[in-house]
Amino acid sequence: MELNSWGRYPRVTEQRALPVTWTTEPLPRPAGGGSLLPYGQGRSYGDSCLNAGGSLLTTARLDRFLDFNPATGVLRCESGVTLDAILRLVSWQGWFLPVTPGTKFVSVGGAIANDVHGKNHHRAGTFGRHVPRFELVRSDGSRRECSLEQNRDWYEATIGGLGLTGLITWADIQLRRMSNPYIHQETIPLSNVDDFLKLAMESEQDYDFTVAWVDSLGRGRNLGKGLFYRGNHAPPQFDAVPLSKSHLSRRSGLAVPFDFPGLAINRLSVAAFNWLYYHRQRLNRTGLVHYDPFFYPLDGVHRWNRIYGRRGFLQFQCVVPANDAGTAALKEILDRGARSGMPSFLTVLKMFGDVPSPGMMSFPKRGMTLALDFANRGERTYRLVEELDRVTREAGGRVYPAKDARMSPESFAAYYPERERFAKYVDPAFSSSFWRRVNGAG
Amino acid sequence: MKKVLVLGATSAIAQSTVRLLAARGAALYLVGRNAERLDAVARDARTRGASKVETEALDLDDLAQHEALVERATVALGGLDGALLAHGILGDQEAAQRSFAEAEKVLRTNFLSAVSLLTPLANRFEAQKAGTLVVISSVAGDRGRQSNYVYGASKGALSVFLQGLRNRLARSGVAVVTVKPGFVDTPMTADVKKNALFATPDKVARGIVRAADARKDEVYLPGFWGPIMFAIRGIPERVFKRMRL
Ligand SMILES: Cc1cc2nc3c(=O)[nH]c(=O)nc-3n(C[C@H](O)[C@H](O)[C@H](O)COP(=O)(O)OP(=O)(O)OC[C@H]3O[C@@H](n4cnc5c(N)ncnc54)[C@H](O)[C@@H]3O)c2cc1C
Repeated sequence: MELNSWGRYPRVTEQRALPVTWTTEPLPRPAGGGSLLPYGQGRSYGDSCLNAGGSLLTTARLDRFLDFNPATGVLRCESGVTLDAILRLVSWQGWFLPVTPGTKFVSVGGAIANDVHGKNHHRAGTFGRHVPRFELVRSDGSRRECSLEQNRDWYEATIGGLGLTGLITWADIQLRRMSNPYIHQETIPLSNVDDFLKLAMESEQDYDFTVAWVDSLGRGRNLGKGLFYRGNHAPPQFDAVPLSKSHLSRRSGLAVPFDFPGLAINRLSVAAFNWLYYHRQRLNRTGLVHYDPFFYPLDGVHRWNRIYGRRGFLQFQCVVPANDAGTAALKEILDRGARSGMPSFLTVLKMFGDVPSPGMMSFPKRGMTLALDFANRGERTYRLVEELDRVTREAGGRVYPAKDARMSPESFAAYYPERERFAKYVDPAFSSSFWRRVNGAG
Repeated sequence: MKKVLVLGATSAIAQSTVRLLAARGAALYLVGRNAERLDAVARDARTRGASKVETEALDLDDLAQHEALVERATVALGGLDGALLAHGILGDQEAAQRSFAEAEKVLRTNFLSAVSLLTPLANRFEAQKAGTLVVISSVAGDRGRQSNYVYGASKGALSVFLQGLRNRLARSGVAVVTVKPGFVDTPMTADVKKNALFATPDKVARGIVRAADARKDEVYLPGFWGPIMFAIRGIPERVFKRMRL
């Protein structure tokens, strides 16, 4: 079995899968030695979920629910449970994920280890804030229940800890009430980056969910042209009665059947897509949308990463401070992307709030976050991404390890000054391709 | 099936089936060897909506325990209208060729223990004139092949036993469902190289529940194994014995 990351770059073949099936049993030991790394659903883009030359502790079978209290909304589950499975269990009982990334096909362990964020970061902070406790198992056989009260240092190191501190076997998640599966959404056209800033600031108060889609080809006056979305869960549809299970989406079953030829994503196709997207979405400016297309627009098409062809693609996501330097950096990044001749297919802009995360190495911090993806065209693409990394660093921002395949050790050191304290918590038997790269060891 | 005894409940196929039954609010009596594993499966079933879950850690090779086990399950659930036999081992063909002791282990777990469990279950269901017995056999029982004929024989014997039992119980309204999965991606086949013929335990479980609901006699899972095994059974022995399968 070949285990890849979502971007399918870098490609790693020489790594073994060691399935973990039961939380109560000791970690498997690789026969020929080598390091270990937990692997959830492989929805990270670069190499943070890969371990070239070592083993991956796969958690797909660690997928049991252990307890759910429908009165308090506290769910205990094993770490391989996916957010999709959680929604299927709880949404019709009136509960929803406190924070969700743009795909529901991620595991709870992966969501904690990357301390993922969603469209409500300004309100709710990161995923890790809603995980009151979990169990961490280390290669020495030790088990720790971690929370703010117990083993607090391990708790803080493991949230956003990139899978390096040990294996999370189970976790508690504090869900949030939802009394309507529909979101009341408003779509507002944006003409540029300054527009975005104004709108994002002004929407923070009254909207739980905000995000912007940007036409990556816009330049000059149109730099940052796009659509701004904001929304809230629609008002209660019912009080005590549970929702019917029928609101659960039927899987579309649509899947990309093979790798597209490498050149399918080019200036022309991106321009056409952006034009269509912009004009189609502008038609319905406000209305009700089911949470599924609202939060997970891409999940309807399985394995969509194949449209980038066999060489895969690179995502770049950074956060820059919401000040002049940050805004200038954001514009420069967008402009470099647009000028590169390798346009980003999907460009997403969002404002992070200042709700702190318990995670030592957590990525989000107050500012603007921008995500771009680029088809892999070899050296040209790597150089572009590295340039964007440099611009981010100089503006005092940081890059998201879950989306990264190229940041330099210097950048990593600048972005995550906490890394030295964090390193003490790294399990001696654990490592990742990402960790070796950003520490200049491979 | 509302009150179901599940034997070999920690196996991958049984776990997936338990989830589907739990989501419908079934009451379950789960039996497996390892208490900690059983506990995890039981908690999962409770969280997914099972109306009641009881567990018992027991080695099913201990045939002397079976009658009492069926009795305990019936009492615990306040009756029984379904049983899923999902325990089984693949064994090691080469070891079984060298030593009968190894072959006997496979036959004991896969065949003798099933007969020993099905006897009290069938009698009970026959008397109450209702119930569904679902038993996991295998496509490997359809024709002996050099690469795993001991396992195949244990499953083949099981399939024939089930035919007879079905014949006997038909008049009392008890369904006997023989499930013949092909290759399933489970810890049992962890060391086997995977190909397109492998199905997930979830997919097989959905087929099991569908077959049980429809009170089918025999199902191949996934369904494409039906025609494949039809063709394989049709190869004349003269030719078959020269093939390497
Ligand atoms: C379409 C798409 C949209 C996305 N949108 C967002 C978004 O909006 N916001 C956001 O933050 N992210 C987003 N992501 C990234 C994704 O949410 C994260 O990469 C997430 O961590 C992936 O989870 P996974 O289960 O696939 O973990 P993997 O990618 O397999 O692993 C991620 C990390 O978690 C560790 N890990 C996994 N399981 C365990 C465990 N049991 N114990 C300890 N460590 C473990 C791994 O070692 C690795 O370091 C998106 C990804 C995709 C494909």
